[in-house]
This record gives sequence, C-alpha cells and structure tokens, in this order.
Amino acid sequence: MFEYEFMVNAFEAETIVAIAASLVGYFLVLRGQTFAGHALSHVGFAGATGAVLMGVSPLLGLLAATVLAGAGMGFLGERFQHRDVAIGIVLAMSLGCGLLFLHFFTAYAAQATALLFGNVLGVEAPTVLALLGLGVVTVAGLAVISRPLLFATLQPELAEAKGVSLRGVSVLFLVIVALATAASVQIVGILLVFTLMIAPAAAAQRVTIRLWPGLLLSVVLALVEAWFGLTLAFYTDWPTSFWITALGAAFYVLALIGRRGAPVHRHEHVHEHTHAHGHERHVRKQGASASPGLDKPERMPPLVEEMSAQARSLSSQNHEH
Amino acid sequence: MEALAFSDVTLELADRIILSRVSFSIEEGEFVGLLGPNGAGKTTLLRALLGLVPATTGRIRVFSGAAAGADEAIGYMPQTRSSNVGLRLSGWDFVACAAKGQRFGLPLLDRALRFDVDRAIALVDAAGLARRPLVELSGGERQRLLLAQALLGKPRLLLLDEPLLSLDLNHQKSIVSLVSELNRELGLTVLFSAHEINPLVGAIDRVLYLGNRQAAIGTVDEVITSAVLSRLYGTDIDVVRLQARVFVMAGAFEIERDEHRHDV
Repeated sequence: MFEYEFMVNAFEAETIVAIAASLVGYFLVLRGQTFAGHALSHVGFAGATGAVLMGVSPLLGLLAATVLAGAGMGFLGERFQHRDVAIGIVLAMSLGCGLLFLHFFTAYAAQATALLFGNVLGVEAPTVLALLGLGVVTVAGLAVISRPLLFATLQPELAEAKGVSLRGVSVLFLVIVALATAASVQIVGILLVFTLMIAPAAAAQRVTIRLWPGLLLSVVLALVEAWFGLTLAFYTDWPTSFWITALGAAFYVLALIGRRGAPVHRHEHVHEHTHAHGHERHVRKQGASASPGLDKPERMPPLVEEMSAQARSLSSQNHEH
Repeated sequence: MEALAFSDVTLELADRIILSRVSFSIEEGEFVGLLGPNGAGKTTLLRALLGLVPATTGRIRVFSGAAAGADEAIGYMPQTRSSNVGLRLSGWDFVACAAKGQRFGLPLLDRALRFDVDRAIALVDAAGLARRPLVELSGGERQRLLLAQALLGKPRLLLLDEPLLSLDLNHQKSIVSLVSELNRELGLTVLFSAHEINPLVGAIDRVLYLGNRQAAIGTVDEVITSAVLSRLYGTDIDVVRLQARVFVMAGAFEIERDEHRHDV
C-alpha cells in the first residue's frame, strides 16, 4: 500500500499526531480534564468553518480557536475546568456557530464531514509538514512543563508553596492541549479527537501505575491504533476514523479486563511489613550514600519473595484492622 | 539552639488581622502542637514560616535566617483536599512528584533524588503503599505518603497542617506516633497543627495555642487551663480533665470536638 503517495502521507501524519496526542492525553487523563479537552476540539469546529467563510485556511482558524479557548479555560481556573455543564454549553454553542458558518458557505458540505470525522487519506505533503511543526512544538512544550505540571496536578497545595504558578501551568498545558487537538482533528476529526487522545492514555493507566511506563505504553497504543486503523481502512475500504475508534475502544476494554484478572494488590501489601523495616534501618545507618538495593524498590530478592509468600497467608486477613 | 522565632509579629490576610504582635520561639528538636479554633490562623502561621505570608510588623526567623530563605530546611505538609486526580498512579510516583517538582523539564529523577524518595518512603514505613495505586489507599495511608513528601530533601523543620483531619482514632494514633518517632530519631523540629489536643497529649513537648489574635506557648498543663484559654477564646472556658483526656468546654459545649465535627 506504500506505493500510493496518499498512504505514505497518511502514515506520516498519523505517526506524528499519535505521538503528540497520546502524550498530551496521558496528562489530560491524569488531571481529570478529559471533558475539557473534548470541548476544545468543538470550539475548533467554529474556528475552522469561520476561517473558511473568511477565506483563510481552516487549519489556521482551528488553531486560533482552540488555542484561545485553551488559554481562556486555563485563566478561568480549576473550578471552571470541572464545571461540566458550563463546558457542555460552550461546546454545543461552538458546534452551533460552526453550523451557521457552513450555512452561509453552502458549497462546503463535503469538507464539513472531513472536519467532523477526519480525512487522513486526503492529507497532502504541506499538511504533513504543518503537522510535524505542530507535533514538535506540542511535545517540546510538554517536555518543558511536564515536571511542574505533574507536581501541580498531584499535589497542588505543596506545588504552590514551592513557587509553582498553578494558573500559569494550567494555561500553558491547555494551550499545548489545544495544539495537539488541532493536529488530531486532521486525522480523526473534531468529533473523534477523544479516541486518539484519551483512549490510549486511559488504557495505559489501567495497565501500569508507573509514570514512565504509562507514558510509553500510551504512545505505543496510539501508534498501533493509528497504523492498524489505516491498514485496515486500506484493505476494507471502511473509514480510517472508524477503525481507529474501534481499536481504541477495544484496547481500553482489554485493559480493563486484563487489570481485573491480575491479582497484584494483596501480595504487595504484605511487603510493607517484611521489607519496609529493613529499608528504614538501612537508610538511617547509611545516610545519603547510594545503595543499589533501593533504586528499584519493586524488585525483590527471591528469598524475600518466598518469605512474604509465606507471610501472605498469615497476615493478609487481619492486616487492615 | 533556636529553630524558629516570632518576635512582635503581626500577620494579616486580606486586611484582616490574624495575629497581632505575637512573640514566641521554638527550640531545635521540639515537638510542638499548634492548636486553636477555626480561623485562628494556624495555617497562616505555617505559611508565614514558609515565607508565603509576610509579617506586617516584627520579624520571623527560621534557623536564625529570614523565613523566605529557609525553604530547603523546611518540610511542609499542607492540608489537602481529597482530590480525584492521578488516582491511577503509584504511591511512589505520587511522592516523587514533589522531589524538586518545581523545576522545569521532564519528571525524570536522578539517582540522588530517587534515593531521597526511597528514603522518605522508608521513613514513614510505606514501601508497600508506594507500590499501590492511590485509588486503593485509605485516608490514613495517603497521609503517610504526604508525610513522606514533607521529608524529601532532608528538612530540619517539619510543618504539618492538620494531618489528623478526617482520620479515625487508630489512624490518628499511628500518624502521631510516626511523627513522634521522626522527631526523636532524626532530631526533627515539628510544628503539628490539630483541632483537638487529645491525640497529641503525651507525644508533644509543648503546645502553641492561637486565638483572639494572640498566642500562648507552654506545656499542656500550662496552656490548656481555664485562665489561658478564656483569654484566647474571649469567653469563659472550662477545662475538664478525665484521666489522661482533656475536655475544653464553653458552657455546655465541648469546643474542640464540635469544631472538629464542622470540618468533616
């Protein structure tokens, strides 16, 4: 299928967008802001259609609208971002405005479908370049703010006390989300941005509770969704966006089922007692000197594993007082 | 040696005077309970020690320097609203987010910081909790991880804002004894705010009681008395002792207990 130029373009575009969107999505899911992210893309619809009406490139209109909305949401603060009704009304009104703009520009109906549901097979070389630019800015921006972003997300009170500007981080992050959204719209369209941004990250967070493995898995899942979605679309002639959403949903369900089947928690709970005391004494004696055993807290020596396996049956019952 | 001192300090918040010309000092290695009614300024006092609220009169010294410069020496555990974010992350990653988390860049920790995170987790006996997602931890277990965050960077002074809030009696006891152990074994100075004196009796060296814009400091027997508390509450207070427990009463109401209930 790579003998067709449009397929090459589509693969390149999807690769770029999948990486950027899934990384951003990981933090969106972590912050519980998925709905806010969803709404941003709808604001983009009004921007894109409005731009067409004014004779400007729809990608520019889309970018302008999502970035402005993202920054606005960030300024309005935490409370607004969790106010689902207010966000929902903005979302609906944006779609309404988009519809009105389309009404004035009747010849544009085919393009409307592309905007709403994506048309990755129609992506041309200049668009791939634009997406590359967007992707690089998104990932670089995220790399710069990810550390204070994580701090502000998980422990806002302490982060603020340590000098992190919660509002500043929030504004920057939502602007980055806006860029990733504008890029995603080129692949899966406004209505389906959720699938590329949220589904892989949500599945990854079900599979692993560690930060870096989670980020990595999120990217891998998004790439698999995008590539397989495109391949399946090529051979079935069904829309690419359908396949991407189907794969996204399938991975999420698999992650839910897989997680439920894995009996991990009980075991780890018991280690707290067999292992933690050892650590403590060790640490107090050695002070700051590096200790190889402490770098990988999840790896247990076989003997300890065995001991705790025995302890498990004894103490797992009456542990929780 | 003196760990911190207020001399003639006034603190204001949005033009409201919280503390007026208060002076006291705390020695290194002391475990001090910080008490007082709601709105008496417990959190404001802790934030002033962090340099986040400026004194409008007088001077605040932390380890003989200005409050704003003592950041590295202070471990702070803020009062935390129960939140629903990041629940799928491990306890380890939760603690680690606070390790120099204010720096820009990737959340990648070097060897020394990773060791510091492991050390802090071991100190609060939470190695097992660190391997579980936050969503599975109880309030008391999360408090342990918050305490671990406060221990990052080897502080000499711990400021703990209401660590017992909404915990049941068993978890309250375990947190107090844990802090008491850190105080004794690592020689940490601790300022521990609470609604109620009883969980702290026996563990703390002294109590710093705020109220009516004033402060009183001393042992439990010196401060938790009808005379001192009547002055701090601005109304007649009876102190009733029953075995090892202390009840602070205004008329027929038990003050500390009732306030605790409002918050929960």
